[in-house]
Amino acid sequence: MANISTLNTTAAGFDAVAADVSGPRGRRPKRALSRRNIILYGTLFVAALYYLVPLYVMVVTSLKGMPEIRMGNIFSPPMEITFEPWVKAWGEACTGLNCDGLSRGFWNSVRILVPSVVVSIFVASVSGYSLANWRFKGSELFFSILIIGAFIPYQVMIYPVVIALRELGVYGTLTGLVIVHTIFGMPILTLLFRNYFASLPVELFKAARIDGAGFWQIYFRIMLPMALPIFVVAMILQVTGIWNDFLFGVIFTRPDSYPMTVQLNNIVNSVQGVKEYNVNMAATLLTGAVPLIVYFVSGRLFVRGIAAGAVKG
Amino acid sequence: MTGHAPAKRPNQLFRNLNSKIASIPMILIAVGIFFGGSIWTIIYSFTNSKLLPRMSFVGLDQYERLWSTSRWIISIQNLAIYGILSLIFSLLIGFMLAALMDQKIRFESAFRTIFLYPFALSFIVTGLVWQWILNPEFGVQGIVRSLGWESFTFDPLYNPDIVIYGILIAGLWQGTGLVMCLMLAGLRGIDEDIWKASRVDGIPMWRTYLFIVIPMMRPVFITTLVIIASGIVKVYDLVVAQTSGGPGNASEVPAKYVYDYMFQAQNLGQGFAASTMMLLTVAIIIIPWAYLEFGGKKRG
Repeated sequence: MANISTLNTTAAGFDAVAADVSGPRGRRPKRALSRRNIILYGTLFVAALYYLVPLYVMVVTSLKGMPEIRMGNIFSPPMEITFEPWVKAWGEACTGLNCDGLSRGFWNSVRILVPSVVVSIFVASVSGYSLANWRFKGSELFFSILIIGAFIPYQVMIYPVVIALRELGVYGTLTGLVIVHTIFGMPILTLLFRNYFASLPVELFKAARIDGAGFWQIYFRIMLPMALPIFVVAMILQVTGIWNDFLFGVIFTRPDSYPMTVQLNNIVNSVQGVKEYNVNMAATLLTGAVPLIVYFVSGRLFVRGIAAGAVKG
Repeated sequence: MTGHAPAKRPNQLFRNLNSKIASIPMILIAVGIFFGGSIWTIIYSFTNSKLLPRMSFVGLDQYERLWSTSRWIISIQNLAIYGILSLIFSLLIGFMLAALMDQKIRFESAFRTIFLYPFALSFIVTGLVWQWILNPEFGVQGIVRSLGWESFTFDPLYNPDIVIYGILIAGLWQGTGLVMCLMLAGLRGIDEDIWKASRVDGIPMWRTYLFIVIPMMRPVFITTLVIIASGIVKVYDLVVAQTSGGPGNASEVPAKYVYDYMFQAQNLGQGFAASTMMLLTVAIIIIPWAYLEFGGKKRG
């Protein structure tokens, strides 16, 4: 019995060799339309549809007139394309306080965004640099507290921050909100910069030290130019994060300087008047446009940013 | 022995002075806000502060009142349902998508772009879009009815019993792309030889995933779990945008409870007590993880 089976395997081996010699080499080429591929791409396609439908619905709804929306199907493409909802959302939509549309919120958001991004990235990059290259007693302890702080719900720390800002006299002002964004952006950004600076060759730092460069000189003339990619990642992270913020906007600003997200919510969820779904969707798209553009332009860097954000701790 | 030790400057405090000065913001934030702020909130949760924080201690009164408020109970129930389902589904969908993406497919970056773009959007935008799609008159329900199925009902945002599932759908849409990305990174980290070995042994693919790859990806799963979980506890904007906590208070969540009591109802003590409960929830998730991850080296 054993003999026969050995014989069989050998025979099979011979066959394989024969096939190898005579026929074309390599594995049998896969057919493009195998059952596996149909299932694979089919599933991916259906999933992609689920993710794309809301975007499609937003665009389609925002291009319809109200009569067409009332007739019925949110998925049907517009019979008559109109840009009026966009104009209205930008310049005329009402929040209950005023009727000058989302443009006010947009500019408020820009005013909040620019200083917040600059300040938070500067503070965090210097801290990260300090942690990576100029350790002092206790620096790692402070860093650990910072990282643990990333997991504490904002609600726990928000009132002490309100009091601190009130004491400083900046509660409700732009400066106050910039400080808040700097505080809550710190853990992830510091981690990002610390890890990046720590990955740079230490010889570089040592050489600069021997040449007599000090803390700030090394930071501005060596570290900063070398860390440009990580600055871009940090910017992506902060621009989308701060633009999308709602909680801090609602707590730390006054109604006339509400950021775009807060204003959008007030426009759409305001109870008075007839609901204009097309204007609402145009407003929603306008608010989502900034992070979406950042996302589509930055591509891989965005993924890198969130991956960096994900491995905190 | 002593010959190699660097010569010490006379004053420890002035060593690295620039670095210390530059770290002042970080130290202030870490110690003052993150540590001090949390302690402050915990301490004041034992007081009967109303409009302004006051140092008059009332023991556990605020907590007793908190746990006898039906709105808080509903908030916690919602958080539990939303949290557990969100964890299960986002891990499941995220992993499945990542596994499909890992089959050396064409258009991988296009698919990834599509799966991930909702993550770039804010919860407000997410909530408002799904509020529109789930609109009973014009949205999914309306369409199915207009196709002839007159009795079809799917109005999660107007039905207190299922409203949290309506929020879950939106939350999953926004967040699964991130999970997919993390899982994909994990899968790419698996040695190609593992796959070859299992193929040689004739193990079917699903068994390789289930018994070899997933156990190997344990760290990725745990990290992802912690990230999703600590995000879930914070869920606030999504609910505000999609339902404002309604119908009634059927979709309230703890974060919204805290905000409303602190900044609207002017009942700070309740807000502090509720936020301390949130902190406790996060601690229950984080501490075992930190312990596993750092083996007690870097403890929280």
